[in-house]
Amino acid sequence: MPPDAVVSRDLLALQRAAYASARTEKPWVRRTLIGLALTFVALLVLAPLAIVFLFAFEKGRDVYFAALTDPVAWSAIRLTLFTAAVCVPINTAFGVAAAWAITKFDFRGKSLLITLIDLPFAVSPVIAGLIFVLLFGLQGWLGPWLVEHGVKVIFAPAGIVLATMFVTFPFVARELVPLMQAQGAEEEQAAMMLGASGWKTFWRVTLPNVKWGLLYGVILCNARAMGEFGAVSVVSGHVRGLTNTMTLHVEILYNEYDTAGAFAVASLLTLLALVTLVLKSLIESRHLKPLKAKLAREARGDDA
Amino acid sequence: MARLGSVRNRRARVLPGFGLTLGFTLTYLGLIVLLPFAALVWKTADLSWGEFLAKVTDPRVVASYRLSFGTALVAGLVNVVFGLVVAWVLVRYRFPGRRLIDAIVDLPFALPTAVSGIALTTLYAKTGWFGSVLDRFGIQGAFSPFGITVALAFVGFPFVVRTVQPALEDLEAELEDAAASLGATRLQIFLRVLLPSVLPALLTGFALSFARALGEYGSIVFIAGNQPMKTEITPLLIIVKLEQYDYAGATAIAVSLLAASFVLLFAINLLQAWSQRHHAA
Amino acid sequence: MKISVRNVTKTFGNYRALDDVSLEVPDGELVALLGPSGSGKTTLLRIIAGLELPEHGNVFFDDDDAARRKPGERRVGFVFQHYALFRHMSVFENVAFGLRVRPRSTRPAEPEIRRRVHDLLGMVQLDGFAERFPSQLSGGQRQRVALARALAVEPRVLLLDEPFGALDAKVREELRQWLRRLHDEIGVTSLFVTHDQEEALDVADRVVVMDHGKIEQVGSPEEVFHSPANEFVLGFLGQVNRLEVRALRGEPMFAPRPYPDLGATAPQARIFARPHQVGLAKTQPDGPAFPAKVVRVHAAGPIVRVELASEFGEIRAEISHDRLRELELRDGVRVWVGLLEYRVYPHDGAAERLG
Repeated sequence: MPPDAVVSRDLLALQRAAYASARTEKPWVRRTLIGLALTFVALLVLAPLAIVFLFAFEKGRDVYFAALTDPVAWSAIRLTLFTAAVCVPINTAFGVAAAWAITKFDFRGKSLLITLIDLPFAVSPVIAGLIFVLLFGLQGWLGPWLVEHGVKVIFAPAGIVLATMFVTFPFVARELVPLMQAQGAEEEQAAMMLGASGWKTFWRVTLPNVKWGLLYGVILCNARAMGEFGAVSVVSGHVRGLTNTMTLHVEILYNEYDTAGAFAVASLLTLLALVTLVLKSLIESRHLKPLKAKLAREARGDDA
Repeated sequence: MARLGSVRNRRARVLPGFGLTLGFTLTYLGLIVLLPFAALVWKTADLSWGEFLAKVTDPRVVASYRLSFGTALVAGLVNVVFGLVVAWVLVRYRFPGRRLIDAIVDLPFALPTAVSGIALTTLYAKTGWFGSVLDRFGIQGAFSPFGITVALAFVGFPFVVRTVQPALEDLEAELEDAAASLGATRLQIFLRVLLPSVLPALLTGFALSFARALGEYGSIVFIAGNQPMKTEITPLLIIVKLEQYDYAGATAIAVSLLAASFVLLFAINLLQAWSQRHHAA
Repeated sequence: MKISVRNVTKTFGNYRALDDVSLEVPDGELVALLGPSGSGKTTLLRIIAGLELPEHGNVFFDDDDAARRKPGERRVGFVFQHYALFRHMSVFENVAFGLRVRPRSTRPAEPEIRRRVHDLLGMVQLDGFAERFPSQLSGGQRQRVALARALAVEPRVLLLDEPFGALDAKVREELRQWLRRLHDEIGVTSLFVTHDQEEALDVADRVVVMDHGKIEQVGSPEEVFHSPANEFVLGFLGQVNRLEVRALRGEPMFAPRPYPDLGATAPQARIFARPHQVGLAKTQPDGPAFPAKVVRVHAAGPIVRVELASEFGEIRAEISHDRLRELELRDGVRVWVGLLEYRVYPHDGAAERLG
């Protein structure tokens, strides 16, 4: 082998090593970054999670179950379930209708409509509660009229439901609009050409295509509906056994120094959050990510 | 007849359901969102300009703005740094527990704020796990601006990670290959190629986290201590005014807070448009 | 079923996609709508299908005004450019869809649906693919599923939007022949949109050439190729050389030089000749001819393409390999160019066939 060949081969190896080191971090950098990320997530996110369950069982299982089976706790749980049972279906129907109108048709003011749908996300929960007080409260816009007709909204379950509707308003629409936008209207047009009615087209063509996105939106909407605190706190009036949701009940117990009771009820809400997270990440990784990747490929015109 | 039909059909749509779905959408939007906002506008209109200014520049209110903006800013900055690290680690490295961390990042989204509030307060109280450690260094955890910042970092954290993560995923490997083939070191590539590419996403994440922090209530009300002029955040002040039946005061503060949120929302939209252009280029 | 389009106009905002278009498609024919993008061909197809509604004008199926019928009632089979297959349904369910969504009173029984779907899958040569999903098929297979799905409802008219547009060249060629045979077999009036003149000339009974929302010419492939109605049609249906010259009584004045005195007052005209109508000679021929220099010879392929430079600009010629050997052409050689056949379009527009 001629000497230059040896030199150039060494040079090549050197270059290759330099190149490889420029493509990724050194192992110690990697380990440090991973360690940093894990520590941060553990301290900021996992520690509060652990605290909830530790303190819920701090005084033993009996105290835990006693806190949950307390009649006041029960009525709070019932009100929370009732609120979600009203808000989630209505907001789902709204989300589907809005997504259909926005993605299948062109009309003036469409982008304004999209902005308005997102509005509740930009508003502090406290303000969300406040505007319902201003609308329905005794000194409110419709207050005198409501009093005259004997209808109570503020400091009553109706107010809680309305405030919750407001804060969970965008969830389903927000998930469906981009998804249906990416899918276009061609499949629906094909179904129409084949003689399907509007309803049949929706049930058989549109819905199966967006069902995972819809479910995703519904799950997030439900989690927020059951977990909302600020907005319902403003409109509820904290009437024990009547206008207390689970989150409000947690607040009352905590402020009365019944830490174990507060964390017991909180543990139910935490379980709900964990179930939501599991479902959310399952739907995301199994269905939505592959679907979105596919739609992006189709949009670029690649043949799968 | 046919002629009439075609004229009438001029604006007709091929797919059905336009009138039904848009009608439902607008009605529901009107009832649940726009009508309550109209009540806010109505209440605000009751105030004269002078009254409004007096209410929103009251020293106690100004102190709450200072606290809310200051802690939201610090929390946002902390999240930018650690959010980028966590997003980077999740996108670039494979390690045991990665998927769990990826899923748990969203916990602050999913956890009811009242729950996070009491959990964080328990952690950072003088007798709590972290509070007792901080106390040894003379730092008060809960019931101080420090505690508020921690709670705001908690609620804003997913926003930064979830906006930066897709931006990192979409980075083309060719970009780094090109830089490496031109002789750049890893640090140079990160600072000059990768960081500028994800900067719009990072800023968007910061703005989202900041906006959320401004309006946050549930996770802070427990940890803040709620002392007027010291640890009283703006959303809490709205509730205080309401409880005193000072509806006008509550409304004025709410309008000022909303204005700040809308400015932020507008900035976020601009940032997103910028990041999309950036992405397309 | 005959299709009549009468005075149809369609605008999108300020853009006029169709401008007072009228067209008759006779029963049983396979017709191509040919034009560049933006010519309005797809809009016309979608209006016939009922997927767009015109501002003015009507569409008739035989003598039945289609405006009164919704898309689903027109009994039109429509094949979308990107197929629009239902991605969550198997091939079988895609094809069966049109039968299954019928009201119960007219819906065929399940065994009948199965039989019809399997017949159709047989016809499009996808017997073994009934249980697959669209994402598991190649582009050509998807195209055929889309066709079978459209045919399942026994349409009176079949409309295809760029049916081969998304396929690669080889599959495209095969499917083209296959579509022609299928049409001959079932004989349903069919209309397809294409921007590829070769495809239109090869498959269709009749070609409708469109540009800027208007129909430029309707005719058999031979007619539109050999007797183009105007410059646009001529230019769109293949390569053409365009020469600006003076002409006298329809004779181009480019030889012999110098021009006779009369030439100076002769009107300006444009002469068009396709590359295969250009003749090359080593020495000056008897007829009208002009000198040119060979710029490049492309000899890879069944015919030889020659690029030349002349005082009239760039000239493209197509000659046989035998002729190439006789002429001994190389880059830079000077030759004489004569036009074996050409068209002269005076400035008033209409064509005169000459030569």
